[in-house]
Parts: sequence; structure tokens; C-alpha cells
Amino acid sequence: MTNLIIETSKYLMILLAACYTLFNFRFFSFPDEERRNIMCARQNQAMFLNHLLAYLIIYLKTEDVRVGAFYLAQVVFFLAYIYLYRLFYRNVSRLLVNNACMLLSVGFIMLTRISFDRAVRQFILVVISAVITWIVPYIMERVWQLSRGTWIYAGVGLVLLLAVFLLGDTTYGAQLSLNFGGISFQPSEFVKITFVFFLAALFYRSTDFKTVLIAAAVTAAHVLILVASTDLGSAFLLAITFVFMLFIATSNWLYLGGGLAAGGLAACAAYALFPHVQTRVAAWLNPWPYIDDKGYQITQSLFAIGTGGWFGMGLYQGMPYKIPVVEKDFIFAAVSEELGGIFALCVLLICVGCFLQFMMTAGRFQAVFFKLISFGLGVVYIIQVLLNVGGVTKFIPSTGITLPFVSYGGSSILSTFLLFNVIQGLYILKRNEEEYDEES
Amino acid sequence: MKKADPNPHANRNIMIITYAILVMFLGMIGCFVYFLQAESEDVINNSYNARLDSFSDRIARGQILSSDGQVLAETQTGEDGAETRVYPFGTLFAHVVGHSTKGKTGLESLGNFYLLSSHVNLFEQVINEISDRKNPGDNIVTTLDVGLQQMAYAALGDRKGAVVALEPDTGKILAMVSKPDYDPNPAALDAAWAGLVSGENTQGQLLNRATQGLYPPGSVFKIVTALEAIQEYPDNYLDYLFDCTGVLHVGDYSIKCYHSTAHGSQNLAQAFANSCNGAFANLGLNLDRDRMYTLAGQLLFNSDLPLSMAYSKSSYKMTGESGQWEILQTSIGQGTTQVSPMHIAMITSSIANGGTLMKPYVLDHVESAAGEEVKKFLPEAYGSLMTADEAGKLNELMTLVVTEGTGSALRDASYQAAGKTGSAEFETGKETHAWFTGYAPAEDPQIVVTVIVEEGGSGGSTAAPIARQMFDQYLLR
Repeated sequence: MTNLIIETSKYLMILLAACYTLFNFRFFSFPDEERRNIMCARQNQAMFLNHLLAYLIIYLKTEDVRVGAFYLAQVVFFLAYIYLYRLFYRNVSRLLVNNACMLLSVGFIMLTRISFDRAVRQFILVVISAVITWIVPYIMERVWQLSRGTWIYAGVGLVLLLAVFLLGDTTYGAQLSLNFGGISFQPSEFVKITFVFFLAALFYRSTDFKTVLIAAAVTAAHVLILVASTDLGSAFLLAITFVFMLFIATSNWLYLGGGLAAGGLAACAAYALFPHVQTRVAAWLNPWPYIDDKGYQITQSLFAIGTGGWFGMGLYQGMPYKIPVVEKDFIFAAVSEELGGIFALCVLLICVGCFLQFMMTAGRFQAVFFKLISFGLGVVYIIQVLLNVGGVTKFIPSTGITLPFVSYGGSSILSTFLLFNVIQGLYILKRNEEEYDEES
Repeated sequence: MKKADPNPHANRNIMIITYAILVMFLGMIGCFVYFLQAESEDVINNSYNARLDSFSDRIARGQILSSDGQVLAETQTGEDGAETRVYPFGTLFAHVVGHSTKGKTGLESLGNFYLLSSHVNLFEQVINEISDRKNPGDNIVTTLDVGLQQMAYAALGDRKGAVVALEPDTGKILAMVSKPDYDPNPAALDAAWAGLVSGENTQGQLLNRATQGLYPPGSVFKIVTALEAIQEYPDNYLDYLFDCTGVLHVGDYSIKCYHSTAHGSQNLAQAFANSCNGAFANLGLNLDRDRMYTLAGQLLFNSDLPLSMAYSKSSYKMTGESGQWEILQTSIGQGTTQVSPMHIAMITSSIANGGTLMKPYVLDHVESAAGEEVKKFLPEAYGSLMTADEAGKLNELMTLVVTEGTGSALRDASYQAAGKTGSAEFETGKETHAWFTGYAPAEDPQIVVTVIVEEGGSGGSTAAPIARQMFDQYLLR
């Protein structure tokens, strides 16, 4: 009987995720606030129902009363986050808040299924991050000096990266984290944000050739330290963000073309220089001969996605734990395996929805500084999604980048909250400004 | 902060970058969709995928059936709910159907995913779910012909060897026997397992000799040498003449014909029919070895075979740099060349099918427990191994083998067979391996049979009669 409920709710959950995604894109098609708000309200319904069904299955499967309490705690958090945020900041982007909650809920569901303890830990980190970053829009509204901190951003970023390089722990062949009394901290997650602020502050003042050279030099410093720490995914992320932001700041196609060409050359050089890059590329091109060692992770991921198929195996019917570090880099494979390929595609489209909202916010600003921040953070966000999901589905070599809001990990969660709330702050700023203009 | 926008194109460029990123996403989604729709089935069935085993918690493993619906493997559930896999034919289909305890082999491995997927209707699934019964897995219907399989099995008797029968115009595997064999039924397999995998066991019962056994091809390889001659001298290959004295001396080397028989004056067709070693060794010296290496590659030596079951790659080493001894040996199928019976059957099948090789397959279709077709596997061409003209010329040569040469065992049959015999030396002082590969009827081939009997003596007297029984069984019943 339990199987029947699981089987039925599997399809219901796919339907709800599909509806949620549909509302996400319907939202963009409506010009008026009223209908947009209706879409957002429906999104909330779909999300909470989906969340309820998932935890119902988890309870039926584990018969663990803690699951019930944990579920209620999450519901309280989501309700508080959605309603209090709107109460405090009247002009908030409801779509972004909803999408953040939807992605978080998918992460919670999969993590609870994989490891209850980790899910609880993740939940606590999410609550802390949500509370801390709550203040970000407030700060952005009142502190006008954000654009003055050019060298503070660069300095903080470089110091953090150097600290990891010199003192960091090595996990899975890459130096990524610092350890403070048992709490591990991944500075590269935050450097993405300081880096975007640095470039925005720099290009806001000037885009002459000298400034471009300075920007390129600081970027190179970031990238080289990351490469030396063998965090190639982040190195690539910062490099592409630099090229795109430079292009937007200058509208100079030569910079775009030259930057992409230089990036291509650097990628070839990295391939020639680093054996672990060659390993990853070989495991990507054809993982099957290396199924026991370097191709193990990606083949397990493909088994998970393939066996799950379009409709998934249903929660607790698959073996996501067979994939190494499934809760971090390979959470997308677990989603696809148990909740289904269609559900996973919905998650992907929700991420795209966030990205579109970021880009639209960027487009609305006259002020170059804010425009560049919004654009830069949007690029940082979507390239992370692309690198993560591409790596999991064998579209590109795996890079060890997490899926924002879904993957397990405190640094990733906190930095993604920061990123979303900075954009949220910009969005609120712009809406307040527009309202003010309309009134006067 | 209210600075005028110094960069009027910024928003347009943001659009451009946005679209570029969306295109990348579309590419990734396309790759994901393609994987789920087209590639995932092969991936799922990988033996490293532990997930399939868990399917059996909810699905009772389906049946494996012969082409006419006889049960080759099924799961019986006892009253206590214990499941037993039963192979009603015992050892008969041991290698091709395989076993499912002690790992999975043969069709039990190849069709694992289908056997553990259920396509009974939704209503029945719900009923089963409520009454806590497993859903019945899908059945796989094979291309195997029980009569032919039994014939090959009986004909090989206690000798080691293998028999493969294919349908040349589709690639259907009609029979595949390997000896010695073992009983795949779980109880018997459990009892015999220690002995089967013991390091002292030299019998290799678990090996499917039809696809995994590698043998020197002996005179069967003269098909390849002859094809090279046809390609190099398309108009006058038949004019090649050789005077056979029973032994060919080249420098310090000598090549003997079988039992040192002196064949006298032989043209290419006669030398092929009588399997004259001297004539073919001498022919090899006159052929372009680099071209022949390329030809061997085209005929799938040193390369992957289009086969979904476990197999061993055939090897061929002669190149333009090879010395005289290697040339003499390789041209008559001795030396370092190694080939599996299935590979020889595939080359023969392409000759029988006008040069086009159809991919051999044994899984015909998958049907639900209620008998509704779930998936159909259609014949698929691999490509041309040779031109239709070359296949026609080889057909003439191989017909002469039966009418005038070493294939005399098939001479008085009511249909016209074509083929090539071989007696491959593999160890001094031991009897030769007996080969026969051929097809019938020569004018409209319906069945290809390849036989190898280890240490069986001459191909003509040991292997060809087995092929004859197979042809009779298939064509005259």
C-alpha cells in the first residue's frame, strides 16, 4: 500500500514541479503586478504541496517521528521567510523569494532522504544564513559608499584565497576550505561575490584601457591562486565573469572575443600542465573504461539518472548514496534519479528563471555600478548551475562546483543567500525609486 | 550615484549574453534529454549498475523464451514466496541464455533490465500492490531455434568446440552452442561452482567458445586470402596457377598440404576447393601485404565486433614488414592469427548476404507478462565488408568447395550448400581443430553455420557433417 502512495505521489510531485515552473515563466509574460502576484501565490501553493507530499513519503518510509517535527520546522521557516520578508521590504521580488524557497525545499527533501543528520545541519545553516542576510537589502538602501570599496573587495578576495592556498585542507584533490575549530569554511564561495563588487566598482569609475589592464591583472591574480589551489571550477567561473562584465562595461566586442580566446588558450594550457585536468577530461570523454576509478563518479551519476528515467524511481526507491559526494556536487543526479528527469529539468528551469530575473534587474538600472553588480552576480549564479549540472550529466567535464541552494554545504548556502539578497536589495532599491518617481 | 549611462549599448549586450547563456542551457538540456531518451537503456544495463538488483524486490524476473515461445528460463515462486530461477533445458542453452545466480551472464545479463521491468496494465499493478504481490517482469523472446540448438548440441557430443547458426539477411542468431558446458540451474551451479572457477580447471566450461574462444583459423582463412587476390586481380584471379607437389619449399621453409597430398596443377578455384596450402602460401607471397592488412581490418580483425554479448577480439598481424615465414603461415590461416567462431560466422554471413553484414542479435522482442509487445528489435546492417561482386565471386569459390572439393559431406544434399573447410594446427603432435563455415542454399542463403571441433581432425570429415545436419534440420523440416 505504501508503494502505491509513493508511486502516485511521485507523479503528483512531478506535476506540481511542472506547474511551479510554468507559473515561473507565466510570471514573465504578464506586465501587470496583479496577475504576477497571482502567479506567485500559486507558486507558493505548488511548493508547499510538493514539500508536504515528499515529507509524507519520507515519513511513510522511515516511520521516524523526527521527520514530522523537522517538516513542521521547515514549513514555519518557509512561511516566515516568504511573509516576513514581504512585510519588512514591501517591494521585494516575490519570484526570487519563491524560487529560493523552492530550490531549498528540493535540497531539504533530497538531503533528508540521503542523511537526516545532514539535512538538519543544512536546515540550521539555512536559517542562520537567512537571518544574517536578511539585513542586506536594508544596508544596500542606506549605505551609499558601496562603490568606494574597490580595493577592499579585491584585497579581501585575494587574502581569503591566499589563506586557503597556504592553510587550506585538501578534499577530493582540491584545496577548498579553511578549518576553524571543526567548522569548515570555503572562501572561494564568497570571493565570487567580492570579485563582482570589485569589478563593478572599478568599471563604474572608468573603462579606459589602463583600468581594463588593472582589472585583468587583479583577475589574473585571483585565477592563478585558484589554479594553484587546483580549484579550477572557481577559476573558470571568475575568468568568464570578468570577460562578460568587461564586455558589458565597455560594449567592446574586441574585449569579449579576446577574452574568450585567452580563456580558451588558458584552458588548453591547464589541460597540458595538470594531470588531474587530463584525468577529468578523459573521464568525461569516455568514462566507461575507467568505471572503477576516475570514471566512477560520473558513471554512477549516469546510472542514477538513466535508471531514474523521466519519472524517477520514487523517493527511497533508488540508490543515490552510490554516487560519491552525492549531497554536494552530485545532488542533481539524486534529484533526477528519485524525483525524475522531468522534475530535474524543472529545477534547472527554475534556476533559469532566477537568472532571467537577475538580468532584468540589471537592465532596469541606469547606474553602472548596480547594473554591473546585478549582471555579474547573475552570471556567477548561472555559470555555477551550468558547471554543476553539466558536470553531473556529462555535458562538460566535472568541475566540483556546487548547485546553489540545493547542494549541501554551509559556505555555499550562505554565499548564495548573500548573492540573492544583494540582487533583492537592488530590486527593492529600483522599485522604491520608481515608486518615488511616480508619486512626485 | 545618479550618473548618466555612459554606455548606451549595455542593455542590448546584456540581452546578447543572456541569450548566449540560454543557448548553452538549451544545449545542456538537449544533451540531458537525449541521454534519457536514447542512451540510458544501454547505460542502465551495465553490470556495474547496482540499482537493477534492487528492482527484483518489487518485480518477479520475467521469462526468456525461444523464437517459438518455449521457456528457456523462468522464475518459479514457491508457496513460501522463495523464488527459484529454472532453466528447463538444463545445459542446452547454458552459454547463450546464461545464468543469473553467481553473477549474470548471457541473456540474463543482456536482458536484465527488461526482465526486471514490468509492463502489465495499471489495474493489475494496483491489485498486485494492494495484495502485496510482485509485479511480473517482462519476457524476452529470443531468435533461438530449439530444434537447431538441440541438433548442434547432439552433433558436438562430448567433444569440445562451438557451433553458431545465423540468418544472413537479418543477423538473427538461430543457435549458439559451446562445449564443454555446465548446468545453469541454481542448485546444480552452486554445487559445481567451486570446481568451475578453480584454478586447476582447464576445461573452461564457463567460457562461451562461440564468441570468446580464439582459434587459429586454418584453411577457413583462405577466404580472406582469396578475397585479397580477387581485389588485387579482379579480372584474372582465376588464372593464378600453381603446381602442387604436396610440399612447398621456399628458402629454408616448407609448407605441407594436409597429409602432404600432392594436388598437381591447381588454378585458384581448384586450390580453394581442395584447400591446397602450397598454392595459397605461394599466393600470399605475391599479394600486397599492406593492402591485406587493411582488408583484414575491414573484415573486423583487430577491431570491435558489432556484438552486444561478451566476445574476444580477433587478431591479425601480417604487414608489409613481415618476414617470409610469417607470410607463408598467415596466408593459410596458421601463424599468429586468432579468430572466434562468431567472427568467422559473421564474415561468412556477409558473403551470403551480398557483402552486407547484418549485426548478429539474439534479442528479438520484449513482451509484457500478458503477451503485449513492449519493444521490438529490428535487424540492423553493420555495413558492407566487401562489394556484392566480390561476395558473388567468393560464393562461386565456396560452392566449388562443396561440389568438387573438401566439402564433400554436403555434396549429395538436395540443396546446394557453399562453404569452406579448415584443419587448423595448433600444437605439434595434436590433432588439428576441425573447422567448417558455410551457408545454404548457395543461390538464396537462408542459414549460415560455423562449426569448430577442437582436435577434431579434418574439417571436411568432422565439421562439415555437423553443418550438414544443421542445414538439413533447418531447410528440410
